[in-house]
Amino acid sequence: MESAREVSDGRLTVEGFSVAARAFSDKWKLHNQSLPPWSWVPLINRALLVSNKEEGYLSLEKIVILSSLEEIPEEESLNVTADYSESEELIDQTILVQNVENEAHFYDFHIVYSASYGVPVLYFRGYCSSGEPLSLDVVIKDLPSCSVSLLVESKWTFITQEEHPYLNRPWFKLHPCETEEWIRLLSQSSTSAGCKMPVELYLVSWFSVVGQVVGLRIPLEMLDQPFSV
Amino acid sequence: MANEAVKFVWEGAIPLQIHLHKSEVASHPAPPPALVLAPRIGYLPLLVPLIKPYFKDSLPPGEDSIWFDYKGFPLKWYIPTGVLFDLLCAEPERPWNLTIHFRGYPSNILIPCEGEDSVKWNFVNSLKEAAYIINGNCKNVMNMSQSDQEDLWTSVMNGDLDAYTRLSPKLKMGTIENEFSRKTSMSSPPSRQGVPEMDVTGQVKTARIPVRLYVRSITQDFENLEDVPEIDTWDDISYLNRPVEFLREEGKCFTLRNAIESLLPEFIGDRAQTSGEEGEERTADESEDADGAPQTGEIKLVRIQGIEMKLEIPFSWVVNNLMNPEFYLHISVLVKAPQR
Repeated sequence: MESAREVSDGRLTVEGFSVAARAFSDKWKLHNQSLPPWSWVPLINRALLVSNKEEGYLSLEKIVILSSLEEIPEEESLNVTADYSESEELIDQTILVQNVENEAHFYDFHIVYSASYGVPVLYFRGYCSSGEPLSLDVVIKDLPSCSVSLLVESKWTFITQEEHPYLNRPWFKLHPCETEEWIRLLSQSSTSAGCKMPVELYLVSWFSVVGQVVGLRIPLEMLDQPFSV
Repeated sequence: MANEAVKFVWEGAIPLQIHLHKSEVASHPAPPPALVLAPRIGYLPLLVPLIKPYFKDSLPPGEDSIWFDYKGFPLKWYIPTGVLFDLLCAEPERPWNLTIHFRGYPSNILIPCEGEDSVKWNFVNSLKEAAYIINGNCKNVMNMSQSDQEDLWTSVMNGDLDAYTRLSPKLKMGTIENEFSRKTSMSSPPSRQGVPEMDVTGQVKTARIPVRLYVRSITQDFENLEDVPEIDTWDDISYLNRPVEFLREEGKCFTLRNAIESLLPEFIGDRAQTSGEEGEERTADESEDADGAPQTGEIKLVRIQGIEMKLEIPFSWVVNNLMNPEFYLHISVLVKAPQR
């Protein structure tokens, strides 16, 4: 049996994913206190009425992106804050209708394991305060500019709308088919001892790249510290 | 040359009787339903150019956003038409009465569809995923020339098996040998390897098979397939997109049952175990009732390409003959859900 503690080929097993997910959310909680924590959602198969403790996905929900802040330089272009409900109540409905541009957009992010690729996949969806889902045209305006140009170039192979594997609803999905390759490159350059990456660091490394696509950056300390548990 | 079973799969079609939704009838009298033959391996949006002429003069003004429903149940366009039919019509209905809508796309339930382009890329992305599962990478799909990729798609769209048989070897997908016959009739394609080099131990040969399993669960028991209740929500269907690890052991045949068992251990695995230990199933059910644990569910029907499958059939035969052109095997399963 291959060691469950290290990743050498860029892929995770389903058990490895659950280990990596927990390590990632612990680190996130420690270093990223301005944002809510990621929570582990155990897989409950509604149709089969079966729950599986080992399997599940990571979820970060109701992240607010104010699209009115678009003009601010790229570094801070996304004002990502948690829980917008307080200020939302102050907004007069009629103003909201007139200034659609200034309306808050909420985003949910899920990190789901793909058994086909053996890697994590980022799913996300956007919606406005009424719960109405945001279309791709609107979501594009909330994405960092580098993602927008990639999206225009590769319309069908970068971010597409697909069914959320557990929720049966359309979500946006970041295509995973190159993940294994760049993770392997990352793990070769980031660790001195050979080309192995501890499983606990997998999602941190992965999210340091993938998070940027949707404008979520992780604090560098999350990557620096070796995991000591 | 493609074998007979594959030919049957490619020629398989479902007669559809398509009605225009009554809220969209802007002409008098209402247009009669359109009759079309829908290829099993095809997708509903690809039929639009055939269907639209029947209805275009009856439509209210506005822009088209086309979708289909079956008895009010919105149909996912990215599932092959034959799979939808197998899944939703326990008792096959011929012609299959569907309703077409040109307005009011239910974007909270269905992925947006931009016509043929969306369907094509859905196909290509599935093909890439299948290649990754089978060969461990999708290089052969990515490296296929633009024109070959286009021709491959056209062959699927037109149901042109000869063209497909000519083009698909360029994908160099590993194949699995039919287990029941030891003939190695196909010599050119490399054997299917899954994650080959990494396997240091390698006592058991494995291969990974791309499978999409659709499980429709119902709570009541039924005698005949026509008594299966109508479906109201996609939440009653769970979808597993997970490769099957094909185990090749000496003297043992890996069957369809083994494959389904690996995806749905709750149904076959536990059941087999309990009935084995307890001697008879009823005892197991009762003892579970007593301590409040859920009863095990029961597989009522397994259908692939319209065929009601016996579970003892060698899985290699099923894969080699009944898979769809994107190299995925789509399996529809009807289960009686465990009672709570």
